[in-house]
Amino acid sequence: MAERTARELFLGQGPGAEAGSQNLFVNMGPAHPAMHGIIRIFAELDGEMVVKADVEIGYLHRAFEKECEAGPYNNAIPYTDRLNYVSPLINNFAYASAVEKLLGIDVTERCKYIRVAMSEISRICDHLTCVGASAMELGAFTVFLYMIKAREFLWELVEDVTGARLTISYGRVGGVKADLPDAFGIKVRKAFAETRQVLQEVHTLVTGNRIFMDRMVGVGAMSAQDSIAWGITGPLLRATGVAFDLRRVQPYWAYDRLDFEVPLGKNGDNFDRFLVRMGEMEQSMRMVEQALERMPGGAINVDFEGHEIPVDAYVDRGKQGKTEGLLLLPISLSPNLQGQGRDAQSRVNVQDKTVVLPPKETAYGSIEGLMNHFMLVMDGYGIRPPAGEAYFAAEGANGELGFYVVSDGGDRPYRVRCRPPCLPPVAALPRMIEGQMVADIIPTFGSVNMIGGELDR
Amino acid sequence: MDGSAILARLRGRLGARVLGTHEHRGDHTAVIAPDGILDALRYCRDDAELGFDLLMDLTAVDYAKYPGREDGPRFDVVYHLYSVAHNHRVRLKVPVEQDAASVPSATGLWPIANWLEREVWDMFGIRFDGHPDLRRLLLYEEFVGHPLRKDYPVGRRQPLIGPHV
Repeated sequence: MAERTARELFLGQGPGAEAGSQNLFVNMGPAHPAMHGIIRIFAELDGEMVVKADVEIGYLHRAFEKECEAGPYNNAIPYTDRLNYVSPLINNFAYASAVEKLLGIDVTERCKYIRVAMSEISRICDHLTCVGASAMELGAFTVFLYMIKAREFLWELVEDVTGARLTISYGRVGGVKADLPDAFGIKVRKAFAETRQVLQEVHTLVTGNRIFMDRMVGVGAMSAQDSIAWGITGPLLRATGVAFDLRRVQPYWAYDRLDFEVPLGKNGDNFDRFLVRMGEMEQSMRMVEQALERMPGGAINVDFEGHEIPVDAYVDRGKQGKTEGLLLLPISLSPNLQGQGRDAQSRVNVQDKTVVLPPKETAYGSIEGLMNHFMLVMDGYGIRPPAGEAYFAAEGANGELGFYVVSDGGDRPYRVRCRPPCLPPVAALPRMIEGQMVADIIPTFGSVNMIGGELDR
Repeated sequence: MDGSAILARLRGRLGARVLGTHEHRGDHTAVIAPDGILDALRYCRDDAELGFDLLMDLTAVDYAKYPGREDGPRFDVVYHLYSVAHNHRVRLKVPVEQDAASVPSATGLWPIANWLEREVWDMFGIRFDGHPDLRRLLLYEEFVGHPLRKDYPVGRRQPLIGPHV
């Protein structure tokens, strides 16, 4: 291209512009403050209008699928944490379920409820981050602070259960790493009360707010037919009015036994996506409450009237001298962080010696247990599903999260394919922003909820 | 529709171009000859009974080191279809020879096939005939080789790229 002066380039004046103004090419990203990750939007602008756009991804590619082939089946669990790093528990469980499907085993009832409860807590975290960040980019910084505050309460729950906040590695093929901690139900109730308060505040702040509505209503819209053709699932598809929610139409784990609604939108624009996500958070909280209520196995520490008693309350009572009956109260250490005991093991894991590691008492206390342990961790042994292939799909926070696992009968997966739920909406992003203003890219991109970890794998 | 009925319907329409069907762990699969795949996909999408309107996933598997398939076609391109209206799924597979690693593109049927096919080209080096813009998706243009092929070692280093000074 010939050299052009700034005047020619920006104002369309000068010798090179007899035909009128020229379109301007602008890069948004790869590192841009309003990009929730590393992604590049190459846009052709006519004034403020986006004429054409191209999206370039792959900046966070780290060979997830290749690395999965390199180790035994359970070694892929930490990699799945890093797919959608805002709701890593769902990835853990979805991958584990895909391998379980390949093995043809069914997890225990308590484990199913644990998976449901933890997945839904993760989903709320994901929606809080997505809605909060996109509101912040429209100037509603308070909303962001409130929502991150609520997420903090939920991440404390996740930390309580898994011992980590982000890279949790809590799922296992055949179960979960360990049982829920003491008095988890009480903590959940407290955290949800705070979260509900935040959602109420956010609704008051932005839903109906003139500035927010002007930026969201009718922006970035896609029809139901287009969304399906582009492979879009999850909240973005439900915002167009299509009631496709895997938890409802193809229930897995314990979703068929829970009572919940599927919030739907109508117009498929950014505002409906926002409303769908806000509605889903409330439904997720209902699901967690029901799951904890119906979970078989029950609470671990209860007092004589059957009320749950947290360990710190127990200690407090002792310190205050209220020791009456305290000696007889059963107390156990946290089953999730102090190592997993025999009773917890059988509640949350499949009773299959070829899949699940034995409880630590057995591994350390008997030669059979030790041999069993080694048979699962030695190279060339371990979990060996029969040759074949299986596809398992779970409802991730962004849509259908699918794992396609191929086994050749060996101890490591022959091929693991992750169907990333946010790839189709990012692929359709040019379609959503073309013909709109530059400023509309920001809320649209926010509502797509692009997560680099699962997009680039 | 029940999975085996879907497979029967496909076999009725495509005849000998359906190379085989099987069911494993509740997933139903039809293996289709490369010259029949576009017809099969179009039939799956447009037939009212099947109604597979959502191309859920498009990927490939390199069977070069799979026991019992060393001599067969090297790759399988795998399509996962879902029907929103009928709430059923099917998996279609196309065997692809290493020498003629190319399959007709599905971009005319589903726009999302564009990116998914670019990813398969990127990772496996399988070409899609009729694809409008077959560039690498996740890796960069200067990358040498296709990393999800089984003969690509997991620890291989790539040459440094950048502006030549």
